[in-house]
Parts: sequence; structure tokens; C-alpha cells
Amino acid sequence: MADKKLMKGNEALAEAMIRAGCDAYFGYPITPQSEVLEYLAREATNRTGMVVLQAESEVAAVNMIYGAAGAGARVMTTSSSPGMSLMMEGVSYIASAELPCLFANVNRGGPGLGTIQPSQADYFQSVKGGGHGDYKMFVLAPSSVQEMVDFVKLGFDVADKYRTPVMILADGAIGQMMEKVVLFEQMPRPDKNAKTWATTGRADRPVRNYITSLHIQAEKMEEINMRLQAKYRDMEENEVRYQAIDIDDADYILTGFGLGARIAMRAMEMGREKGYKIGLIRPITLFPFPTKIFEEVGSKVKGILDVEMNCGQMVEDVRLSVEGRCPVKFYGRTGGVIPSPEEILEKFEEYFIK
Amino acid sequence: MTENLIIQEDNLVWNKPSTLLDVPMHYCPGCGHSTVHRILMEVVEELGIADRTIGVAPVGCSVFAYHYLNVDMQQAAHGRACAVATGIKRVHPDKIVFTYQGDGDLAAIGTAETIHAANRGENITVIFINNGIYGMTSGQMAPTSLAGMQTTTSPFGRDVQTMGYPMKISEMLAMLPGVSFVTRQAVHKPALVRKAKKSIRQALEYNIKGMGFSLVEIVSNCPSNLKMTPIESNIFVENKMIPFYELGDIKVPSEVL
Repeated sequence: MADKKLMKGNEALAEAMIRAGCDAYFGYPITPQSEVLEYLAREATNRTGMVVLQAESEVAAVNMIYGAAGAGARVMTTSSSPGMSLMMEGVSYIASAELPCLFANVNRGGPGLGTIQPSQADYFQSVKGGGHGDYKMFVLAPSSVQEMVDFVKLGFDVADKYRTPVMILADGAIGQMMEKVVLFEQMPRPDKNAKTWATTGRADRPVRNYITSLHIQAEKMEEINMRLQAKYRDMEENEVRYQAIDIDDADYILTGFGLGARIAMRAMEMGREKGYKIGLIRPITLFPFPTKIFEEVGSKVKGILDVEMNCGQMVEDVRLSVEGRCPVKFYGRTGGVIPSPEEILEKFEEYFIK
Repeated sequence: MTENLIIQEDNLVWNKPSTLLDVPMHYCPGCGHSTVHRILMEVVEELGIADRTIGVAPVGCSVFAYHYLNVDMQQAAHGRACAVATGIKRVHPDKIVFTYQGDGDLAAIGTAETIHAANRGENITVIFINNGIYGMTSGQMAPTSLAGMQTTTSPFGRDVQTMGYPMKISEMLAMLPGVSFVTRQAVHKPALVRKAKKSIRQALEYNIKGMGFSLVEIVSNCPSNLKMTPIESNIFVENKMIPFYELGDIKVPSEVL
């Protein structure tokens, strides 16, 4: 029987972490995601022996993740925007050293200390870098509490498959709201000595393993970069995920990710009731971005309206995919303000109908 | 005696420990790092823990330690060695975890990570090389540079009024209840090398027994960046560094137990 519960997004994410057999969580409190650490502190160690440690800072937390992931463990941390900024140095090192691990950013409004209200303004930080150097994170954007659960499991699998950091880019609303979730069954914690490249102690190996992101020789560093890029191309081939609704007969497309897309979905329904043939595309993986579907619809529809809770970030990727095949408009609310379906529909009409 | 005879095991009086890889080190002539690498790895071999030891080398000249030490190693970001070591140790409590850090790494950029790992009593051993100057970036002022000391970023000498005082971080760490053992040693004389090795052994033994955070500070030299010959730099350590950074045990376990 399915394990069905009413849960807050942050707590559902924490519960999924325990059930996915996570070995360790290192984190630092920050609103609006502190429930993750609180929930784990209550639940995790007793149930699976998972390590839960409140670090002295996000800087320390991400480096604890680096150490534990490098030692073969299944590990995760969570934070919110200002804390995530502090972690970005570590993310760059993790990407370079190819350590599988999972992050979740319960995005709040910025820049600066900003606001604790929900926002999607960390799209660029997650998708385009954030840390230094040519690297990518695999980025998943949940639009429901259910996806907070599902993406933990998926995220760990992708992280292990590609030896890469994975980001769940949520927002304050998804983290805080309560919804019905179906939880997957408790999985065993994987054998942390199974990863042959990990620093688990030399044991019977004749030579030591080491984890590094340092390659002084330019040619060697370039080789590493080429390897990383090949991995990212692999992800673009095999790991793209998106949701498409009613796009077959659509004259117009609404798009957005996470909560933005979920609100746009309601606007789409309202538009359909008024007789507008609107479809919706919701990128689920922000990297790799679902470029092809936008290419396809771009030559069929009269226009695309992208809705985000920021000043226009994913819209750049939509435009790069559409390559001028049709007009791409943007509507965003920012600083923690959530757009309403009514104002989205009004914008849609203003751009495309009037 | 021919070479063949000399290298027969019966006739060997000196050998490289199996825990050191047979590659030339990049350290400058006369630098203390290679000595400390050697005694650390001798101890690891003697204690029979090489197969379950994991080291962390953060940014600094010794960031390349994984090229030389034949134990599992992680290179870490600048200052973050104690956080990385915490991550490793927490998921592998049965393994022996050490860090190998310089003064800039441990006492400047990584102060928070160092103090909090110590305060949590993380069961790790820190080898802390204090040569009072930045080596890898070529001679800038370190948190441990002496008052009045000339460096490339204190060209008129370290003015403590504006640049702060040389930091005795070992004494600071010794105050924390999670810390089992803190000692300050040196390696510029053979007798001191033997004492330093004994201290490293002690620290790792406490580590094996799970007694908490242990730290061995080694007051060392940096001939290249002090712009001195190796011998002059050792005299500098003897006459300038050690009078301020006094050698000896700062905290031993009996004080905590």
C-alpha cells in the first residue's frame, strides 16, 4: 500500500532523503528551509543511522559534503539563496573533482539578504554556474511537494550515474506549503566502500586513491574540462525532462519552471475557457534544458509567454532554443511576490491578443 | 660493498617508508615540508594504519601532498581541510583521518573550520606547518608572521597596530574541551625531528583511541620566501620564530581526562 501523507515541502524532502538511503546530511539553518535540518535531527539517525550535522556555516557544510562524497558516501545538503551563494566555491570544486552529491536550494528573494519570501531568482546561479569555471550542475525544478520527494531519489541516481553534483531548485513556497505526497519505500543505504575511485582507505589497493580539482598543467586541465563537457553533452542527450500540456493544437505556449509554471498552468486553463488555444511547457530539468521541444513549437505557434518569479532568467534559454522562430515574451514578479493567474492571463492578452 | 649488496635487505640501514611514493618532491631545497611528510608517513607505517588512513591537503605548498603520500588523500579548498576531514570521518568513523595545513590555510582563511572542528571534538589529527609566511603565493604576510617581519605585503615590516598580531592559534585551540592534544615542535635539527615524530605518533595514537581533536604544530622554515639560504632560514626559525612560538606540549590528554 502506498505511503500517503500530508506534508510540508521541506519535511517531505527530508523524509525522502532518509528513505533514499542517504548516509549524511551537513547543513546550516536558513529560512525558508530550516525544517529540513530540524526534521532530520528528529528522525534520521534513529531510523537509518544517517549522520546529521549542523555545520558552523554553509562554507563548512559544503566542504563536509565534499569530504563525505569523496569518501564514497551518499550525501546531501540544503540551503536557501544567500547560503547557496556561500556554497558555490564548494560546488565548483565538487563539479571538478566529480563527486556525486545532492543539493537543494529553497530559493528566496534577493539579491543580498533579500527577503524570506519565495523566488526563482537563483536560476542563473544554478544553471549557468554560480561558482567559478566551466562546470554544470544537473538542475531539477520541482513544482509540487510530490516532486520534492521524487527528485531526491532521481537526484541521487543521476549524481551517481554521472559523478556530478545535482541541484534541486525549489522555492520558498514549495518548501513551506503542505500537500499530499506518496512516499517511496525505505531503501537500504548503499555500500559506501563500493565506489572504486573513492578515498575509503587504501585497504587492499596497491596505490592510493586521491580526489583533486588541481591540475597545474594547462593541457591536463583542458583534458579534464573536455571530459566534463562530454559528460554534460551526455546529459543533454539522455536526461532531459519536461512536462508538456495541450501543445498539439496550441497557437500559444505558456512556459515557466517550478511554481511559476504551476501558476501559469492555471492561467492556461482560464485562457482555454476564454477560447485561446494555449499549451504549456514546463522544463523539469533546467540543465540539461529541453531545447528541442522549444525548437519544435517555436515554428508552429504564434508566440510564447514565459512566466518566472524573477526578472527574466530562464527566458534567455527559451529564446536561445526558439532562435527567433516566434516572439518570446516575458512576465515576472520578483522580490518574493507571487504572480496571480489573472495577471498572467492579462499579460498574455496584452502581448498576443489585443 | 657493491650496490647489489648494499640494497640487500640485511644490509639496509635506511629505507623509504612504503607510505611515501617514490617520486621527487616539488618542495624547495631546505624546506621543512619534505621532512614532515617523511616522519608523518613513517609513523603511519609504524602504526600499521596506512590501509585505513585518509589524509586531507588543502591549498598551500602542500596541496600536492597526494603526489607523495601513499595513503588515500583528498585535496581541499583553501582553509576547508577540517570541514572536509569532518565529512570523511563522520561517514567513516573507523578510519584514521588527518589534515596537513599551512598557517595561512589553518589560521587565516580556515580559522572558522579549524576552531569548530576542534570544538566538536572531531576525532581527526591536524598537522599544522607554521613558517610564518605564505609559500605558494610567494611570500605574503601570514597570520603567524612575526611582529615587524618583512614580507611582500608588509614591505616595511608587520605593523601590529594595523596588521594585527602574530596569532598563536595552537594555544587558542588548546582551550577547547573537544581538543585532546596540542603540541608545538620543529624539524630544523635532527634531535627536534625525532621529537616531532614522537609527537605525531602521540597525536595519531590518541586519534586511534578516539580521544578527540589533536594538533601538532611544526614551526618550520621557508627559505625561498624568506629570501634566505636553507641554513639562514633555519637560524631564523631558531632565533626569531621559536622565542615567540615556544616549543613543547601545550595540552596533553591528562588535562582533559
